[in-house]
Amino acid sequence: MQQSPIVEIQNVSFGYDAAHPVLRDIDLSIERGAVVGIMGQSGCGKTTLLRVIMGAAAPTRGAARVLGAVTSALDRDGLYAMRRKMGMLFQFGALFTDMSVYENVAFPLREHAALPAELLNDLVMMKLQAVGLRGAAHLMPAELSGGMARRVALARSIALDPELILYDEPFTGLDPISFGVIVRLIRELNDLLGATSIIVTHDVQEALGVVDYVYFMAAGRVIAKGTPDEIRDSREPFVNQFVNGKSEGPVPFHYPAPDYAADLELAAL
Amino acid sequence: MRAADVRGQLERLGGAVTSQVWRLGFASRFLLYLVLHSGTALRRFRLTVAEIYFAGVLSLVIILVSGLFVGMVLGLQGYETLQRFGASESLGVLVALSLVRELGPVVAGLLFASRAGSAITAEIGLMKATEQLSAMEMMAVDPVARVVAPRFWGGVLSMPLLAALFSAMGIFGGYLVGVQLIGVDPGAFWSQMQASVDVRNDILNGVYKSIVFGIAVTWIAVFEGYDAVPTAEGVSRATTRTVVTSSLAILALDFVLTALMFTGGNGQ
Repeated sequence: MQQSPIVEIQNVSFGYDAAHPVLRDIDLSIERGAVVGIMGQSGCGKTTLLRVIMGAAAPTRGAARVLGAVTSALDRDGLYAMRRKMGMLFQFGALFTDMSVYENVAFPLREHAALPAELLNDLVMMKLQAVGLRGAAHLMPAELSGGMARRVALARSIALDPELILYDEPFTGLDPISFGVIVRLIRELNDLLGATSIIVTHDVQEALGVVDYVYFMAAGRVIAKGTPDEIRDSREPFVNQFVNGKSEGPVPFHYPAPDYAADLELAAL
Repeated sequence: MRAADVRGQLERLGGAVTSQVWRLGFASRFLLYLVLHSGTALRRFRLTVAEIYFAGVLSLVIILVSGLFVGMVLGLQGYETLQRFGASESLGVLVALSLVRELGPVVAGLLFASRAGSAITAEIGLMKATEQLSAMEMMAVDPVARVVAPRFWGGVLSMPLLAALFSAMGIFGGYLVGVQLIGVDPGAFWSQMQASVDVRNDILNGVYKSIVFGIAVTWIAVFEGYDAVPTAEGVSRATTRTVVTSSLAILALDFVLTALMFTGGNGQ
């Protein structure tokens, strides 16, 4: 029997006010076990889409079905029950700065599971070993590099063995080595845990190397979708400009502005 | 043109008042939610104890030193005035009543707002700005229950204790100046104080004030932190607002409480 998609977004629109919709008629379906990229320019609505998936924003139209439940129909307890099956890696890690690396990873376990100290210790060490930072357990977040902090946050997000892992711009500000480590971990942890991963990013070239499927967004709509090869070969002008990093194309180099000569007060000459 | 200007100003004034009333309503709902979700802070009391340490124990130095100096100044000023009327033996009463009724709760409250209130706002605001609160939400942990409530109860429990220590230290300061330095009779100093300071009308009323100030300051501090715009500038503004609003709230509440306590037919 075929399993139902883990995330199913049907005709979803969302806006903070009626005049400025951020998402328009989004349809997407994510199968279990996949690593899926949601890509696009900054401000195209991809982080808002992530908020809809995690239940932090209710669609103004359409429905988001995540882990078998329609998010907008859930009350606070239902939403929290759903999130216990999710892990999320924030853009800069969002580690608790007053807790050590060990305590950060132990946090979700302490909050949700009354485990004996030995078992808790074993679980924390296993998660830290998985991201290669067992030796850094005693350090404080301020003592970590950006890449290490991201790996600790990843260990924390998988502490409860989630079914769905969300990544919000996981590659931002990383050096090439840290970047390579994060890419490898996203793929390995997804396959090892039997989870599903959604990566929201504008680092297209880097992300295309790790994902199975891509949804490409612009101005609140999904404008292209397909495998990484299909996206690389896309003839859609915006996707082509974005994937190849061209300065000219459907997205203009200049922000809309009044006449240049008028701004320089040359009209009178 | 002038009528349009006046209308514009009235609209702005109305808008400002409406937004402040709306914010007060939001803060009240926040307090209600916070109290209803205080189970974690009370069940896992070590979370609250840690906040008592940060808000209370770490404020001890400024509270004790300020209390000592305020008491010493009261001793000097009080003696100067009382000796004109030949009543310098009443110095102990003056120092003690000034402290337990007014200066203890009020000055300790103002110091608490500056030292602990600002720190609570900055900490919660920075946690919001660095997405730590969102991360908790995503881990299905309510940040109000886990982060805000322990800080609220930690502050509420610390404030009366700090005010009591402030008053005790102030009385000691008054004793040092009045008895040890100036030479007021120690027997008169202590016995008149014992005879004139009433537990219910003076000490308990002071304690009630400090409890109310503790609730007000900590409520303002946690709300401003939680409601801060999540940027460096936003947190800075929220911290400033905590100190200013708390200080004004303490002084206004002090007047209201004093009016209620000492004109309520209790003989004072």
